[in-house]
Amino acid sequence: MLEFINGDVACAEGAIAAGCRFFGGYPITPSTEIAERMALRLPQVGGAFMQMEDELASIMCVLGASWAGKKAMTATSGPGFSLMQESIGLAAMTETPCVIVDVQRAGPSTGLPTLVAQGDVMQSRFGSHGDYRTIVLAPANAQEMYDLTIRAFNLSERFRTPVIVLSDEVCGHITSGVDLREKVDIENRKKPGSSECLPFKADEDLIPPMAVAGEGYRFHVTGLTHNEKGYPVTSAEVQQALVTRLVDKVEKRKGEIVDAEFFMLDDADMCVIAYGSEAGSAKKAVKMAREKGIKAGLLRPKVLWPLGNFEDYVKDMKKVLVVELNSGQFYSDAKCWNRNTKLLGGYGGELHRPDDILKVMEVF
Amino acid sequence: MVPQEHPLEQLLRSDRMPHIWCPGCGLGTDLGCYLRALSGMDLDKVAFVSGIGCSGRAAGYVAVDSFHVTHGRGIPFAIGLKVANPELTVTVWGGDGDIFAIGGNHFIHAARRNIELNVICINNAIYGMTGGQVAPSTPLRAKTTTTPYGNYEHPFNFSYMAAASGATYVARWTTAHTKELTKSMREALEWKGFSFIEVISMCPTTFGRRNGFADGLEMLKDMKARSEVKNFPDLEDTDIGEKIVVGKFVEKEKRSYLEEVKQWR
Ligand SMILES: Cc1ncc(C[n+]2csc(CCOP(=O)(O)OP(=O)(O)O)c2C)c(N)n1
Ligand code: SF4
Repeated sequence: MLEFINGDVACAEGAIAAGCRFFGGYPITPSTEIAERMALRLPQVGGAFMQMEDELASIMCVLGASWAGKKAMTATSGPGFSLMQESIGLAAMTETPCVIVDVQRAGPSTGLPTLVAQGDVMQSRFGSHGDYRTIVLAPANAQEMYDLTIRAFNLSERFRTPVIVLSDEVCGHITSGVDLREKVDIENRKKPGSSECLPFKADEDLIPPMAVAGEGYRFHVTGLTHNEKGYPVTSAEVQQALVTRLVDKVEKRKGEIVDAEFFMLDDADMCVIAYGSEAGSAKKAVKMAREKGIKAGLLRPKVLWPLGNFEDYVKDMKKVLVVELNSGQFYSDAKCWNRNTKLLGGYGGELHRPDDILKVMEVF
Repeated sequence: MVPQEHPLEQLLRSDRMPHIWCPGCGLGTDLGCYLRALSGMDLDKVAFVSGIGCSGRAAGYVAVDSFHVTHGRGIPFAIGLKVANPELTVTVWGGDGDIFAIGGNHFIHAARRNIELNVICINNAIYGMTGGQVAPSTPLRAKTTTTPYGNYEHPFNFSYMAAASGATYVARWTTAHTKELTKSMREALEWKGFSFIEVISMCPTTFGRRNGFADGLEMLKDMKARSEVKNFPDLEDTDIGEKIVVGKFVEKEKRSYLEEVKQWR
């Protein structure tokens, strides 16, 4: 069913389609339309919407709802995303499935509340203290706000980890035709089989089955370093074993997670790397370059973290240009794939224009 | 001789004993009251949430589904549990710093919503876990590690604040009032709405010894001597000073959060 909606609304519809039945949030531009749509839609499907007193509460009620067995999410932008970081770490440590949408605006601080930027790329990866891995998806248009939000729920259920949908103001606000798919694939978390349950003992796939409150397991969950029983243990060995698994379950299985669009790369000698709504301008620039005889192509990661092994696509290129609306937060990793890599960065407020990207490509 | 099982045994995680609390700490007694209040309830449907602090460690000891979350955030986590599964009876247990300093905003909003939670604050007038810093309930002039010259900030009256914010059940007892406290805890567990219990308790290790008390027992005797039972008092007269007014403070009918949600849907 094709509907003309903006990216934020598409995101909310994707969440509902994925089975999300709890939303806790606090209004902030440019993500507010997600909360508004969820407030309208959740009661229609038997879910619960709560506007909380702040983002500290928003993320926490989402984690609570997840432990009561519901698929749950929150949506925010930079200032609220910063407030959520401590509890995103709690979600990683306690392996709580949840989805956090960050519709990026320009910062630091209050910055440009209504205008686009991509300054939260590193924060989405390592924003909380300590060592952990998140999964971060980067939609580039309203359709992907729908599709990748569904994927975010599926990944969070499969990997028992917070998944961040890292959108941006343009992606959230541009209205276009979105196919609200008739059939979507839905994944649900593994449940423990027997009445005995070691709530943090992983199976071979590195993921423990998840009991939820009220089922009679009487389990314990803590943000402290814990053993398989979920009990806190103050020891370097237990810390090593636990955090190794938390990192490995994402890193070792990243083949299931990583995804990208490859555009005109087969015969290219110049690779442009861009993601999110910047990728729209970059794709246009690649087409314009082709008309001028430059053999350019586009690599568009749809998953930013874990970092994909894109080296094979990039290492033999003559030139690589990373285009992003920050000072090189993705470039800092991407430049390791090819020595001749340059950055076209920026601090937000507006997207790069295709002709500006083209100019850089021409003189590269 | 057949070994006797302690009557509260099945409510405690015995494999986690001994607990971390100091000798003379009020927390063991306070938790004992809670466990007695729990007995007879459907334990599979009880969830116990706490933030961080000595008080917060209680979550690790109660043998129900239990969650030890971030400092100050027990209440919003518990809200998510309760709203997502209204069948659960949800207790939030925390220290005065956890619930009223870092988590104060969540407390007043949860009370405003009259949401079905049972919040128990162990008010020991100090930050115990971090070694005795000033808390929002530390009395004027008391010595703490961050008020070496004496406290110059006025303390909160938590129970008054709970009532003013919309809590529909409020009671205050001290650790010396085990029978009354247990009874109130049971009432609070069964309350349909936001219930709040303030437990005036003692931390001999970080508060007592800096403020002229030899040990926990002396503190317990002191708080018992200073207590005066008054049910439904004028809340303006319940600030903790020389006297500690204790009793049931509020018990009033008002539609709860989940009842309101049903009304409007
Ligand atoms: C965000 C954050 N800030 C600070 C701390 C350190 N901290 C741990 S417990 C605590 C206060 C404990 O006092 P209270 O809540 O009154 O509980 P008590 O230990 O007295 O039972 C603090 C400040 C923390 N864990 N997290
Ligand atoms: S420091 Fe104080 S509150 Fe903490 S366990 Fe010891 S006596 Fe109890």
